[in-house]
Amino acid sequence: MDDDDAVFKALADSTRRHLLDRLFERDGRTLTELEPGLQMTRFGVMKHLRVLEQAGLVVTQRSGREKHHYLNPVPIRLIHDRWIDKYTELRVSALAELKSRLEATG
Amino acid sequence: MTTTTAQATQVYQLLIKAAPERIWEAITNPEFTTKYFHGSYVDSSFEPGAPYNGYSTDRSQHWVDGEVLEADPPRRLQHTWRSLYDPQAAAEPHSRVTWKIEPQQDGTCLLTVVHDQLEDSPKTADSVSGRGWTTVISGLKTLLETGRPLVES
Repeated sequence: MDDDDAVFKALADSTRRHLLDRLFERDGRTLTELEPGLQMTRFGVMKHLRVLEQAGLVVTQRSGREKHHYLNPVPIRLIHDRWIDKYTELRVSALAELKSRLEATG
Repeated sequence: MTTTTAQATQVYQLLIKAAPERIWEAITNPEFTTKYFHGSYVDSSFEPGAPYNGYSTDRSQHWVDGEVLEADPPRRLQHTWRSLYDPQAAAEPHSRVTWKIEPQQDGTCLLTVVHDQLEDSPKTADSVSGRGWTTVISGLKTLLETGRPLVES
């Protein structure tokens, strides 16, 4: 699987996006701290975290017996640079061209 | 970040298709750092206890100071960090940056940057989060994989 595939697949799920938002609010949470508010079993949350980890969106760090989860924004940045920028830039330059054409003829 | 307070421990990670020695070189040699590290000219002997400094590309401004805590080329580098480019951040205590380079079986390397000990340095935490470190390390990846800087300066 391509790196981008793993990231898009990980993001194509509302629970996983919710988990990322929770880490964005406060990073470094343990599984126990991530569970409340989610209507699923501990095992279910673990499975989602594993998908996020495999996509590189979550990085875990151990401190003693605890495993902390950190949001890694780099894969989203790479997707942004690779995909989003490309299309929005085209749109913006098309509008800029339209503006200069209209103004030239008007 | 605008919607939340920046974190006291920040973790950034990505795979780079390059040998560990090349990644180490890119982190420690100013010829490389000026191309992806917001233009920063990094200056240090990279020996434990040695100063770690970052200057503007033309070396006219002192942007970052710190001290090398650990250096194990080409695997691990740890140094302290104080942002001098912002007067408020410059008044905060030093934080800590750890670079880890882990070779993978497929010939790529996993690069992890942890910026922590930012508890008493909220201004610094804010300035390096979001676009800060992601720009630096995605730029490092682009430079090593394509030989071109991400942003032409």
